[in-house]
Amino acid sequence: MDELEAIKVTFFQECEELLADLEGGLLAMQDGNDDGDTVNAVFRAVHSIKGGAGAFGLEPLVRFAHVFETLLDAVRSNEVPSTPDLVATLLRASDVLADHVSSARGLGVVDEAVSAAMAAELKACTDPNAAPAPVVETPVFEAAPVAAAPAEALIGADDALDDDDLGFDFQPMTITIDEQAADVAAAVGNVWTVSIRPKSDLYRKANETALLLRELARLGPIEATLDASAIPPLDLLDAEAAYATWTVRLETEEDETAIREVFEFVDGDCDLEITRGEGLNPDAALAALLAGDAPAAAAAVPVVVAEIPAPVVVEAAPEPVAVAPVVEAAPAPVVAPIAPAAPVAAAPAAAPAAAKTQQIDVPGPGQSVIRVDPERIDRLIDLVGELVINQAMLAQRVGEYGIAPSSNLAMGLDELEQLTREIQDSVMAIRAQPVKSVFQRMPRLVREVASMTGKQARLVMDGENTEVDKTVIERLSDPITHMLRNAIDHGLESPEERKAAGKNPEGVVRLAALHRSGRIVIEVSDDGKGINRERVHSIAIKKGLISPELQLTDEEIDNLIFLPGFSTADKISDVSGRGVGMDVVKRSVQALGGRISITSRPGQGSTFTLSLPLTLAVLDGMVVDVAGETLVVPLAAIVESLRPKPEEVRPLGPVGSVLAVRDSFVPLIDVGLTLGYRDSSPPPTEGVVLLVEGEDGSRAALVADAIHGQRQVVIKSLEQNYQQVDGVAAATILGDGRVALILDVDAVISLRRREPPRPAEPTLIAAE
Amino acid sequence: MTRTVLTVDDSRTMRDMLRMALAGAGFNVVEAVDGEHGLEVLSAHRPDVIITDINMPKLDGFGFIEAVRVDDDYRAIPILVLTTESDPAKKDRARRAGATGWIVKPFNPEKLVDAIRRVAA
Amino acid sequence: MTEEITVTGERRELISFRVGEQEYCVDIMAVREIRGWSPATTLPQSPGYMRGVINLRGAVLPIMDLACRLGMPVIEPTVRSVFIVVKAGDRMIGMLVDAVSDILSITDDLVQPTPDLACDAVRSFIRGIISIDGRMISEISLDRLLPEREALAA
Repeated sequence: MDELEAIKVTFFQECEELLADLEGGLLAMQDGNDDGDTVNAVFRAVHSIKGGAGAFGLEPLVRFAHVFETLLDAVRSNEVPSTPDLVATLLRASDVLADHVSSARGLGVVDEAVSAAMAAELKACTDPNAAPAPVVETPVFEAAPVAAAPAEALIGADDALDDDDLGFDFQPMTITIDEQAADVAAAVGNVWTVSIRPKSDLYRKANETALLLRELARLGPIEATLDASAIPPLDLLDAEAAYATWTVRLETEEDETAIREVFEFVDGDCDLEITRGEGLNPDAALAALLAGDAPAAAAAVPVVVAEIPAPVVVEAAPEPVAVAPVVEAAPAPVVAPIAPAAPVAAAPAAAPAAAKTQQIDVPGPGQSVIRVDPERIDRLIDLVGELVINQAMLAQRVGEYGIAPSSNLAMGLDELEQLTREIQDSVMAIRAQPVKSVFQRMPRLVREVASMTGKQARLVMDGENTEVDKTVIERLSDPITHMLRNAIDHGLESPEERKAAGKNPEGVVRLAALHRSGRIVIEVSDDGKGINRERVHSIAIKKGLISPELQLTDEEIDNLIFLPGFSTADKISDVSGRGVGMDVVKRSVQALGGRISITSRPGQGSTFTLSLPLTLAVLDGMVVDVAGETLVVPLAAIVESLRPKPEEVRPLGPVGSVLAVRDSFVPLIDVGLTLGYRDSSPPPTEGVVLLVEGEDGSRAALVADAIHGQRQVVIKSLEQNYQQVDGVAAATILGDGRVALILDVDAVISLRRREPPRPAEPTLIAAE
Repeated sequence: MTRTVLTVDDSRTMRDMLRMALAGAGFNVVEAVDGEHGLEVLSAHRPDVIITDINMPKLDGFGFIEAVRVDDDYRAIPILVLTTESDPAKKDRARRAGATGWIVKPFNPEKLVDAIRRVAA
Repeated sequence: MTEEITVTGERRELISFRVGEQEYCVDIMAVREIRGWSPATTLPQSPGYMRGVINLRGAVLPIMDLACRLGMPVIEPTVRSVFIVVKAGDRMIGMLVDAVSDILSITDDLVQPTPDLACDAVRSFIRGIISIDGRMISEISLDRLLPEREALAA
């Protein structure tokens, strides 16, 4: 059942959102914000999960959710006060609920004991006196009290029907087929008399007697008589009130329960009497009516009933009976079995559905939202990427023709470039999402890690609304998870240690997201003990990762933890471990074109800084020539470009040079040499210099042979088909259709610091 | 003649399930995510029947039903309310607000269509 | 030019091609397309057998000099040089070869085990040898051919 499966997928997606809302609400309550709206939202989250789970028969989830919901209902109606302890309990319950959802999805198992214990705790909170669970209401309909009035109204027809008073010809009629009499006598056990006197409330709720009669008719053939005797004159008529009484003779094999069920919805809104047998003789009542006892205002009946649209005959009805409306010109209040296919026109009150709606998903509350298949967006972004490339190629080819910049053609191309750029920006913005979706998993993670390591930790989050392209969002989760684990497991001290150090036993871990120089920066900081530099240094030496004589700055020592094979844990703890060291985290971050580093203050804490490009899709870059190769340097890294004068270039050491830039000296890096394109460097004065700044703020002067111009390029991955290459962030396709590499500025800077690059193995450069 | 049902529920899952059952029975379905939204959609489309949940943000089922009943244009539209069986008080309150009938959750599509038949012309 | 050998067994189709004077082949199911030669953008710090990358309809395709990978002298591309674009796992790569020969249809019992040579490259990359009409065609094993995705030192 594909559609049902699709809805199930939707359900689990919705559960994720609801669980997030639940946690958010509970955290807000924990912060002291427990107003009605918040508590209600918390209740609704669990209620909705339960509702959906019920629809899919996910029993354990339903059971747990029910207990949870009951307690929350009590909290929101102020029967149970919201105390910090209670909120802590509710938070734990929300974790168990999340486990139940995961288990229902087949993504894990719920610890039965934990769940049962939690449920018991919730019940105890709901009612310490252990009242029984709410009784399940039986669907059996209670008989409405039988009023004495109907009998009177039927028999005691007081007012005469005055035919001439209002010019209406009111002809109540009974049509009885005599052959039935014998059958009736024989089957008296199957005959019932139902008398219905609707009260005004019945109509107020848009119920209609006509529909009730139709429903009765499904049980068997009916004859219905209207007693209009209680209907007052027109000028006394209250259009809202109910005056009519119907007596129905029903022949059915069903029992009384089935008959009462028909009136389930109008329980209390009408006086109902059900008796077996002929009951009151309709002929007698009829005679009374015909004797002119019906009030003059019977003609006003159409006014009362006009509000009730006449029913449409349901073709599938087993007993084809048309209930003729009293409204019509020839009022026939008594029905006879009529042949089917006598459709009655619907009154205007129930307007047929005119507007055919599209299957567009509903605009969400508060803002207009459209749900779109992500594949379509991806395709759109790819296409726009192609558009950008194509536009660049076009511009290039036209440029080769030497068209004057002021000509119409050139200006038209400029406009095209503008438009293309705008389209690209807009399309990228569609995919931009706040990091909230990643962040909101973290409070639970922190709770769990803290509990597992015996630490006390509180998570503070900042900048959840910072936006990032979808391609990046998905990759944030793992690195953030590892940084948080590391911060709590290794960064924070135990509560005793903290107290001894004069700190609050509860440690604070801060997770923040912000935009900085065209990138997104994620910071994870803790107020723990900071990195033990001596220990880290000695471990690195012991593991042979660095040479003992190497002089390292404090910061360099801190970042040793990112070296492959480094792990300070003697055993890999279940928490930070499963063998995932920070080196793996660093590699995966780098594969995205990102950077990760750590700073630390002993005794005070550490801060991980993770930076990533805002999107993995486009980049503003400067196109340069280096040793015959075309490279793209990310604009975000470039401070300025200059043509160095000879006196500004100063040799330093055996092979290096620096560039004097205003008051400082900046190392000169020949990109061609660093990347292995050439073995020796031409003088920097013959080329151009790009002054760049790395993520850590360090500056360098990159030497290139020539600058071609600035361009926005579409980023293509190298890793997809090949692998990461040192010094190269990614690739792009230029206007001439050729691939150009995008420089990884930070890598180039650090490559320069290391041993001189190994010379490239001999390759035959492809001839043009 | 296709009839239109307006479903009002803040749960996407529930809306989808209702849609599946109703469209399968030949109804045209329009949706709203809460009571406030329901009133907006109501004025744009003229449903023949309304099915609404009770617990919703902004304007809950009770408020929604009351608002519908107060408006002359809509007071005759049948309203079915979605309830859970363990909550008779809510159902009564819904009826007092003006609900025509009710459907118990979890609902089965047949009962849903039955209920609609019982209240809609 | 399909050669049919009527022996029982699973039938596979292979594309055969020339590298220098030698003949090799690869499973046709892995071949995505054959492209004429075009200049590749050099990849820095890369093994010698990686010629660079080209633009394949908007994707970046690495080009491997197959001769070099097999330990033989590098190929000097001529107008008849060809890139055979193959898919191995989730990656695509273009193999630079001298020319494409034909398509073979064989059964597995025709593939002989690789003779034991001292050369690592041969042992690693050749699945087996096929003998047809006096020709010796070595079948390339694509899984081993592509370099491991090592992350280079941080």
